[in-house]
Amino acid sequence: MKSPPLGYVRAMDMPDVFRLRANAGPDARVLAGGQSLLPTLAFRLSDPGTLIDITRVDALRGIRLVADGALRVGALTTHAELGRDALVRVRVPVLADAVGLIAHPAIRNRGTIGGSLAYADPAAELPAVCVALDAVVIAVGPAGERRIAARDFLTGLFTTALAGDELIAAVEFRPMPGRRTVIHELARRSGDYAMAGIVLAAGPGTPTHDPRPVFFGVGDRPILATRAAACLAVGGAAALAAAQAALDGDLDPPSDQHGGPAFKRQLARVLLARAVNSLIDARDAR
Amino acid sequence: MNDIVDPRSLDRPNSYIGRSVPRPNIRKLVEGAARYVDDVILPRMLHAAFVRSPHPHARIVRIDVSAALSIPGVVKAFTGADLAPHCEPWVAVLAHLKGMKSAPQRPLPLDVATWAGEAIVAVVAETRALAEDAAARVVVDYEPLPAVTDMETALDPATPVIHADLGDNLVFERTNESGDVEAAFRTAHKVVSATFHTGRHTGVTLEPRSILADFNRATGQLVVHHSTQAPHMIRDVLARHLRLPEADVRVICGDVGGSYGIKVHVYPDEMAVAVIAKLMGRPVKFIADRLESFSSDIHARDHRIEGRLAVDAAGRILAFDIDDLTGIGPYSVYPRTSAVEGNQVVNLIGGPYDFAHYRARTTVVLQNKTPTCQYRAVGHPIATAVTEGLVDLAAEALGMDPLDFRLKNLMADGSYPRTSPAGMKFEGLSHVESLEALRKMIDYPALRADQVAARARGIHRGIGFASFIELTNPSPFMYGIGGARISAQDGCTVRIDPDGTVLAATGVTEQGQGTEAIIAQIVAEAVGVPMSSVRVVTGDTLATPYGGGTWACRGAGIGGEAALRAGRATKEAALVVAGSMLQAAPDTLDIVMGNIVDRAGGAVRMPLSELGRIVYFRGDTLPAELPRELMQTRHFITTQFPFAFTNGIQASWLEVDIDTGMVNLLKHWCVEDCGRVINPMLVDEQVRGGVVQGIGGALYEHCVYSPDGHLLMGSMADYLTPMAAEMPDIEVGHVETPTRESALGAKGAGEAGTAGAPAAIMNAINDALRPLGARVFAQPFTPARILAALGRIPTETA
Amino acid sequence: MSTSVDVTLSVNGERVARRVEARRHLVDFLRLDLGLTGTHTGCEHGVCGACTVRVDGVIVRGCLVLAASLDGATVETIEGLTESGEIADLQTAFVERNAAQCGFCTPAMLLTAADLLSAAARDGAVPSREAIREHIAGNYCRCTGYHAIVDAIETVATARAGKGRS
Repeated sequence: MKSPPLGYVRAMDMPDVFRLRANAGPDARVLAGGQSLLPTLAFRLSDPGTLIDITRVDALRGIRLVADGALRVGALTTHAELGRDALVRVRVPVLADAVGLIAHPAIRNRGTIGGSLAYADPAAELPAVCVALDAVVIAVGPAGERRIAARDFLTGLFTTALAGDELIAAVEFRPMPGRRTVIHELARRSGDYAMAGIVLAAGPGTPTHDPRPVFFGVGDRPILATRAAACLAVGGAAALAAAQAALDGDLDPPSDQHGGPAFKRQLARVLLARAVNSLIDARDAR
Repeated sequence: MNDIVDPRSLDRPNSYIGRSVPRPNIRKLVEGAARYVDDVILPRMLHAAFVRSPHPHARIVRIDVSAALSIPGVVKAFTGADLAPHCEPWVAVLAHLKGMKSAPQRPLPLDVATWAGEAIVAVVAETRALAEDAAARVVVDYEPLPAVTDMETALDPATPVIHADLGDNLVFERTNESGDVEAAFRTAHKVVSATFHTGRHTGVTLEPRSILADFNRATGQLVVHHSTQAPHMIRDVLARHLRLPEADVRVICGDVGGSYGIKVHVYPDEMAVAVIAKLMGRPVKFIADRLESFSSDIHARDHRIEGRLAVDAAGRILAFDIDDLTGIGPYSVYPRTSAVEGNQVVNLIGGPYDFAHYRARTTVVLQNKTPTCQYRAVGHPIATAVTEGLVDLAAEALGMDPLDFRLKNLMADGSYPRTSPAGMKFEGLSHVESLEALRKMIDYPALRADQVAARARGIHRGIGFASFIELTNPSPFMYGIGGARISAQDGCTVRIDPDGTVLAATGVTEQGQGTEAIIAQIVAEAVGVPMSSVRVVTGDTLATPYGGGTWACRGAGIGGEAALRAGRATKEAALVVAGSMLQAAPDTLDIVMGNIVDRAGGAVRMPLSELGRIVYFRGDTLPAELPRELMQTRHFITTQFPFAFTNGIQASWLEVDIDTGMVNLLKHWCVEDCGRVINPMLVDEQVRGGVVQGIGGALYEHCVYSPDGHLLMGSMADYLTPMAAEMPDIEVGHVETPTRESALGAKGAGEAGTAGAPAAIMNAINDALRPLGARVFAQPFTPARILAALGRIPTETA
Repeated sequence: MSTSVDVTLSVNGERVARRVEARRHLVDFLRLDLGLTGTHTGCEHGVCGACTVRVDGVIVRGCLVLAASLDGATVETIEGLTESGEIADLQTAFVERNAAQCGFCTPAMLLTAADLLSAAARDGAVPSREAIREHIAGNYCRCTGYHAIVDAIETVATARAGKGRS
């Protein structure tokens, strides 16, 4: 399981990245944490010819607050950094919660948020969090930056809205006072990709206020369950059951090794209930 | 001096049998200083990679290696036709499995690929990466053939025959019958039945299959570094099939990164490597990568079993009636054959219980999937799941507690020796004592109370039991009588060196289970030296007595007894010399902690090193006729019983999430009786590891095939092995019923955990689901299967 | 584009300069270029954990890191940790508790356990058995069933915490 023959070049800054990429041709791939890319090379599922190592590009690093109060997370931020960052814990705690569900410590030390979004695995946690929080992906290319809503960025199974000469520079999370977000997933083993998962954002106030349930592992990308959200927003005793029923219209899960569509829908209904209940519990606990 | 081993001797010096001492050879493992095959680098070494069939069944039309050979650093490519003249084909059958048939197999097939993953072309290059580059550029034109995938229809007239010369796809069938089964079922008070499935799974040794073959043309010697359980067997196979004198083949088995039965078989790709090394006259290494491991390591346990059990009104088991069907891939695997697993199933079902009427049939068929063969606890987890699943159903039908029902029906502890309805001869077992020990360990009433309380909160917990028997210490009845050159005997050579240290060379091998530790314990005690003075040599056919190696839980019972006898013989020989030197009768002397002492009183007369000095350097001072062999070899084979059966019982305590179908393991217990325990810590860890391997098959591991014969999982991300977070703590208890066939009294302990765990898990799940009217019998018990059983989702194929 | 890359890095405290094939991952680099065979290749796709080593102070999957990318990096392996004595107590606990059988997962398991123990020391806490199991959940062991490994790590965590207090 050795990777096919590769070229390797190291970029030191953004102009370097664009120049090396232009030289290397369309098949070349950007190497960040490598935690998804290197396995695909080991399986010889791709033959990129050249890897452009961007891990030394400082412009892609760092977690900071930007002018409009948004939290800007550099693409090269590792899962481990995300999990222990004080700003993240205060501003977007669900990101840190999500990190605890991603793979294992040794992977989290290398895997990056930019890599996770660019790889666009439909069962991955961070893309779903980004969609639920309505985060903005900042793509950068030779022509400059583009701001793309996470929901529009993830266009399908392992595909994104990135143009061939672009890469992810950062992800921005707008401030959302009073809003709470929870993440739940069901995985056969700790650290596995989830059979199904949910990120539910709601508030301020009750979980019925502008609920945004986003499912992962049940479609070709993170799925915002709009019908279920509408049911939840109605509130009242029957809202959850109605929202669970509405998931049949929101989700059209493909079969995978864990089960078929009915199985996935069942898990999605359970996850919705658990997410709503944990939002309620969190509110009661305050 | 040659009494049976008495654990009460624990308080004497250099008494190690029965003690939990650390393994002397473990330090290298924790320091990264072990030496596995891939760590061995030889001059001029080349690396092999294989082009594997993407088709389950296809005619090989054309092979073009020219593009592969054009890559700098790629040295050669070999097809089946290239290797065939240099290797005798093999046919894996056993004469005592009457009517068994299989097709000749070669290192690489000549015309037809018969499973997806079969090696078709070998390429050798300067590095493994280059060999893989080359393999990717070999062009093979295939003409796909219809694949046989469903074992249920493998024998239908409409199904293609995989090997035309065999006439059909039937490998073996056998019905094991005694008593009057029909009458028993006719007159039964209750009959329970179920259809069981055990999912095809595989061993996933963390160190993949590894071989480094080195042929020296000048000496004519083939030296093979091999990750194997049976170095002498592999040597025999290489010699015969490569047409070399056995004495010119040396198999070296250094550290082995896990085997569990996976590494006791002859693999065609490994044979190809040996042939290529011989043809090229230089070392060739092949380390299977994980991708090819999944499709070329043997699989196991692909069974469907229909079972019925009859009980009378008093709650006594009357009869078992079993129909087992198993698919083994396109070839029976050499030399153990792939019919043994099914044969074990029909020998072992009902094993712990006292009943009269038995009928069990196994049908073993071919299919175009990866070959299956013996994997840890061969047949036992299947037989135990069927037996214990039916036993729980019977207890439920009678309204009896599952432990009470077992107590009523288990063979009584004082009733041995006896022969089971399946024809198994039991020397001495302890089912009842084991059950009572388990009952105490688990605090049964407290668990049941917790279960009731949890149910009131909507939490579904279950407890499941599995009594089991395990076949260990096999005699030639297992393979030898069928014509296989598989040694059931084993030997040990013990030598006292001039400085008083002791070498023990044994034919059994170290796979991590602690063989070298227990041999050191036994030899230290037998000779009378501190364990720190004993060095153990294993895994080199040039340096060890001829023996069978590690399989079927024989290391302690067979290899251990040989070591005990060799150690005692060496001590006797040493005391003869000592007697002469000290002018004392040898039987008035003893060896304790490396010193010659007076047997009475224990006064030290001289250190063993003085004896060594005289014997080896000043032999002139001893009487000419005095025997002075400070090196003794003894071999041991069992003769009175075909197998030394062990027994035990496991319990699983778990929680089922009825909304998601997920199972949360809370605790696991095992009480087992492996006879004399040489090192309790090592036995406990064998049991624990075995239990978790059993849990893997029960809950996670599954080689899933598409209906057209493609293996759907191929990575460790989708073949789910048990990992630490989900595994429970496991408590182990012991009962000791030593075998009288040996002075040591030890039986095997390596497979008990795997034998019983799946049944205990299944019964615990069904116990949790009982109030909901749901049951599962198809392993692995996945969330989707459990939800389907609960009626929460329709049954759907993933 | 170059298929070979010059790198200079520190491995177990020694400065190492090599020209490496760009495709060569860190485990192959350690094993084939430096002869450090204590790090093992189990799956080569990042799941089994057998290749766990330290890069710049944190544990990583050696098979998911290219040696070419490590110019200037600090790498530590089981050989280095053994030499320094940093995990001597953990190694002894593994020996005494028989927390290794075939040993193929063991060096990586030790590195992963050491990672947990140093985090625990920073927090001044003894991790629970559940926390230990969770931390080593990415390291596959086929032999032990994990129980003995958890015992050994727990023993060391408790002992280290005791020493810290006294």
